[in-house]
Amino acid sequence: MPAEVTNPKLSWNVARDVSQVLEYHFMVNALLAGSIVAVMAGLVGWLMVLRRETFAGHTLSEMAFPGASGAALIGVPATWGYFVLCGAGAFAIGRFSGSQRRSWGEQSAGIGSVQALALAAGFLFVSLYGGVLGGLESLLFGDLFGISDGQVLVLLAVAAGTLAVLCVLARPLLFASVDADVAGARGVPVRALSIAFLLLLGLAVGATSQITGVLLVFSLLVTPAATAQVLTARPALSLALSVVLGLLVVWLGLGIAYFSVYPAGFFIATISFAIYVLARVLAHLWPRRSVDRLAQPDAAPPRGVIA
Amino acid sequence: MFTQEFMRNAWLAGTFVALACGVSGWFVVLRGQVFAGDALSHVAFPGALAAAAAGVDERIGLFFATIAVGAGIGALARGALAGAGARAAGATAADDAVIGTVFTFILGLGVFFLARLSTSSAGGSGIQGAHTLFGSIFGLGAGEARLAAVIALAATLLTAVIARPLLFASVAPDVAAARGVPTRLLGVGFVALLGVVAAEGTQVVGALLLLGLLAAPAAAAHRIAGSPFAGVALAGALAVAAMWGGLALAYAVPSLPPSTAIVAIAVGIYYASRILT
Repeated sequence: MPAEVTNPKLSWNVARDVSQVLEYHFMVNALLAGSIVAVMAGLVGWLMVLRRETFAGHTLSEMAFPGASGAALIGVPATWGYFVLCGAGAFAIGRFSGSQRRSWGEQSAGIGSVQALALAAGFLFVSLYGGVLGGLESLLFGDLFGISDGQVLVLLAVAAGTLAVLCVLARPLLFASVDADVAGARGVPVRALSIAFLLLLGLAVGATSQITGVLLVFSLLVTPAATAQVLTARPALSLALSVVLGLLVVWLGLGIAYFSVYPAGFFIATISFAIYVLARVLAHLWPRRSVDRLAQPDAAPPRGVIA
Repeated sequence: MFTQEFMRNAWLAGTFVALACGVSGWFVVLRGQVFAGDALSHVAFPGALAAAAAGVDERIGLFFATIAVGAGIGALARGALAGAGARAAGATAADDAVIGTVFTFILGLGVFFLARLSTSSAGGSGIQGAHTLFGSIFGLGAGEARLAAVIALAATLLTAVIARPLLFASVAPDVAAARGVPTRLLGVGFVALLGVVAAEGTQVVGALLLLGLLAAPAAAAHRIAGSPFAGVALAGALAVAAMWGGLALAYAVPSLPPSTAIVAIAVGIYYASRILT
């Protein structure tokens, strides 16, 4: 927490709290960056959960660590390192995942070895850099309140580019994700799509890790998407729900973190997990009606969606 | 090299932890639970930090966190622990969202404890956090090294004891259940055992690098060895080889961290096996 903020107090006057939060430029930047990232992570994360590439996403998130420490070592901005290594990681993982011939166990072992190697390299970079371990914490857990105007613009550009590519790829990607064999037989380039999606995932992870830190990207990338897919089976609705939940989590998390001494990543992770648990409980109490019925245009959404 | 006390401790602890990682790792890869093992090694970090915040021994926190989260993932997930194994790859993969959700929350708690530690007692917490994350095998004392070796050996022997039914339950869960093998109990027990290995490995190679010892030698063994028990033995041997090679290399090149050397050799073995087979 920056020193010039003199103990902001949370009151019951919500309007006053919000204006207090927006008084500082770094807070406005944090909220802007957080919102951009939440939308991007909500969309890409939803596809990631659908494609069952959570482990790949986790590995890409840890690519950010050697990326940033390597960038520090050669003296370029950490953001570059984030994105370069995430891209390289996506290609490396693309060689393992998506192929139908290999068992899931072997695919994940391959992804795991990519991850272990990347982390080992990152640790080597840190120790070569001279072991300024204080920087390690902000790398792993994010430094949300130090986001500059330039970084917001970079995030906006990355998010706009990712979403544009996603719009172009959406239909074949959804087809390939739901049934890779049939899509391949119909001439959809499944393997190229898989690598393209991993690259997009790498970008989303790199952007998200600026907000939550490398270790907590899943609180925006996986948890809102998993929550949405627990609550509803309709693709469009759960995609929208994933984005809305992501935004809600970021705003609440940042707002609370502003009034607290504890890091924003903790609040973001806790709030998104609480919503997930709530969704699981609701889904357990009111079992979802059959998917066929939900697919009818006049069927009401299952209760608990708004929770 | 062996005239140095810290090197002798490192070899003692490292050998047995690598053996435990290799042997249990073979089953981890077979059952498609690499991500679960990864998550367990990550939650070791909040566990250690929580113990440090509460002022108790770090290892208690490590073991408590890994075993508790193993059980928690088991409760929320469906496919993996029911012994789905390689057959129901879909169910195993779907559990990954659950694993990711749970362990991110636990890591969030870790961030909270780290902040608590750094606000209550200034300094030192960053270094301690880094040690928990990356291991400090050259910093083990004689007592710690012996304890680590004993726990790792016990975990290896336990894995060997349940190896036959676990293999049956992993390869053909339905048939095993029909033959009276307690597949669900075996699944939960194995993840708890994995928690012990993860907590132990965390101290040696660190939470973030444990995966190298767990997944890479085992994946290489799966490619090379045809029969299951030869595979288990080979996985253990390869993991120990990576540990020995890494320790020697890190001793010879002082600027190279031991964790990096060990993991690099383990992954190198895996890539070599991919090229050769």
